[in-house]
Amino acid sequence: MDMAVSDHMAAGNVGEGFSAVPADGRPLAIEARGLVKSFDGTRAVDGVDISVPEGAIYGILGPNGAGKTTTLRMLLGIIDPDEGVRRVFGHDRPHDIGRLIGYLPEERGLYPSMKCIEAIAFMGALRGLPLKEGRKRAVDLLERHGLGHATDRQIRQLSKGMAQTVQLLGTLVHEPRLVVLDEPFSGLDAINQGKLEMMIRALADDGVTVIFSTHVIHHAERLCEGVAIIAGGKVPYAGSVEAARDRIPAQVRLETRAREGAWLSALPAETRRNGDFFQFPLPESGIEPLLKGLIEGEAGILSLSIERAGLHDAFVAIAGEAAARALQADSEEANA
Amino acid sequence: MIDTAIRPRLSSMEAAWVIARRDFVAVLFSRAFLFFLLGPLFPVIVGGLAGSIGGEVQRDAVSFEVGVAMNPADTAKMVAAGERLAPQLPFALPVLQPVPEAAKDPAFDARAFMEARRGNYAAILTGSPQSPVLVGTEGQIARWQGPVSLIAGHALAAEPAAFPPVSADLVTTSAADERTTRVQTAQIAQMLLFLLTMLLAGMVLSNLVEEKANKIIEILAAAIPMDAVFMGKLFAMLGVSFVGITVWGLAGFALFGGAGEVITRMTGFDITNLPAPAVGWPLFVVLGVLYFAMAYLLLGALFLTIGSMATSVREVQTLSMPVTMLQLMVFFLAAYTIKQPGSGLEMAAMAFPLSSPFAMLARAAMEPQLWTHALALAWQALAVVGIVKAGSLLFRKRVMKSGGAGRDKRRKGGRLPA
Repeated sequence: MDMAVSDHMAAGNVGEGFSAVPADGRPLAIEARGLVKSFDGTRAVDGVDISVPEGAIYGILGPNGAGKTTTLRMLLGIIDPDEGVRRVFGHDRPHDIGRLIGYLPEERGLYPSMKCIEAIAFMGALRGLPLKEGRKRAVDLLERHGLGHATDRQIRQLSKGMAQTVQLLGTLVHEPRLVVLDEPFSGLDAINQGKLEMMIRALADDGVTVIFSTHVIHHAERLCEGVAIIAGGKVPYAGSVEAARDRIPAQVRLETRAREGAWLSALPAETRRNGDFFQFPLPESGIEPLLKGLIEGEAGILSLSIERAGLHDAFVAIAGEAAARALQADSEEANA
Repeated sequence: MIDTAIRPRLSSMEAAWVIARRDFVAVLFSRAFLFFLLGPLFPVIVGGLAGSIGGEVQRDAVSFEVGVAMNPADTAKMVAAGERLAPQLPFALPVLQPVPEAAKDPAFDARAFMEARRGNYAAILTGSPQSPVLVGTEGQIARWQGPVSLIAGHALAAEPAAFPPVSADLVTTSAADERTTRVQTAQIAQMLLFLLTMLLAGMVLSNLVEEKANKIIEILAAAIPMDAVFMGKLFAMLGVSFVGITVWGLAGFALFGGAGEVITRMTGFDITNLPAPAVGWPLFVVLGVLYFAMAYLLLGALFLTIGSMATSVREVQTLSMPVTMLQLMVFFLAAYTIKQPGSGLEMAAMAFPLSSPFAMLARAAMEPQLWTHALALAWQALAVVGIVKAGSLLFRKRVMKSGGAGRDKRRKGGRLPA
């Protein structure tokens, strides 16, 4: 994955106004600056900045109640921000380019008495696709996703997973250029989560921009080119996943034959002992001086590995322990 | 990937059409609609039964009989005089009946008899035709004093009075008659408009509640402007209403065609004798349809606003109660002003959007000017748009507050809305 997403630290590091094109030259599908939304005097979203280049898979990562849904709703024009500006494909009013957008809300909803084919065609019609064409595409989409047998079945006759797939197909039937998915993995079993990941990748391969919210780090880490970490309505980080991970030094894991000796002084001060292993951040000076000290001090190196920090570690470092715990709890609750 | 042949967005009209088409088809082909069509049958049946029973009760309860407790000769004279006069003054004279107890008891005390609540007489006549005495309550005496005096006068006359036949020379109308009878048309039209509006506007509410229950509202709100969603729903339900009215109208037409005479006899009301409205029947029907549409859209827009803000069916019912009460009040206001043409109150009823369709329909029955209707319809349409805009604004401001997860978490731990 390239480092295409324009890295920036939210609120403060971003200049006024919009940059039409990010550093890598790709035009932006979504650009938001200083989005603020309050409900009943409480700031649900507090100065969010996001830049998503066209064709990227972008995650909004945060625990429940962090402001993900409100942010997405503002980006889509369902609600207007109290402060700040947003642009979707350069338009201030997302409804003006509704044809280019597909949206799957967190609370899934379909008309129970509608047939699958009609439900998909109706969702397309909402985005400007003629009903006849919508029905034709619906048959094709259902067939391709293994639901050809359910074409004329009513939504109420489907399993939850099948209904969710139908809704997702309805989100895509008009072939949008931007797909916004609010917690798309929630409620899906592992197999369907895998299928959804494949669908998202396929969309990105076709040049579609996908932005989704999640409280499951693994999905963001596996899929996303860029992420916005959101906690308490603020975005302390928005940028590439790689850059987020790079914010945490790599961890060195060392196993030695010797238990004591002069070589211990070569280890950094942050070293933690974990059974037979020593663990510490990779020193800024690199691994070579450390290796030299260990060898000269006769530590007897049995194993040494350098592990790059994961997105979870980055999340902890960026959003704090409390937000990370909340994220973990939400994730476990969803899995349960 | 991108189909450039398709425009980047739907116009508001197109968006509203997408919603209206779906809702119209969904409601029309639902089982609920069949029950809805049968709905008016129940009040008609209940009303018919209640009316028939009520009529019977009233006939039993309201007595036109005045007992006669004079000596037998005087009693016979009075009864005969009453029977002679009755054809000339139908409904104005009491039916005189000899009191059997008085015939058996020379010391009959009419006052004690009445106070003992015996018999079913409105009053009892004692004394003689020269000096009749009416025993009864104040109200009954006031009602029957004059007619009894008339009967007594005829009973005393040596020769029965002759009643020359009166020839009839009919005119179609007169200024006084026209005004009086058109009030009846106005009242019936207003009542019909009110009943239809109340019956049908509730459908909008249940439709939106269903939408919220199905959680599809956010998909709609994301795809098209909320006021287009509202407009689409309103017009779909208006379309459904017209289907309902057409079905009921045809059923009513068939019913009157087949059993019109029976209905007229039973109800004592002949619809064919209903006075023609000032603007004429064809235009009156057209205005009736337009004012129904406006009344429906106005009330529907209000219900829709309420429905969109409510989170549960119970909340919807609670919130809709004040609107229903308000609608009743504006109907009473419009009904009250029928007999006060040109008054400030009538102007207020015509200007206030919710009462305007009712007041204007009554005006169409009473006054022939047409320009006022054009003005009123434009004003009412503007009010519909205003309410829909305000409703969609409220919806965006107040309803889309939080994601489901955020709501769950707030319940659990009082976190920020998502």
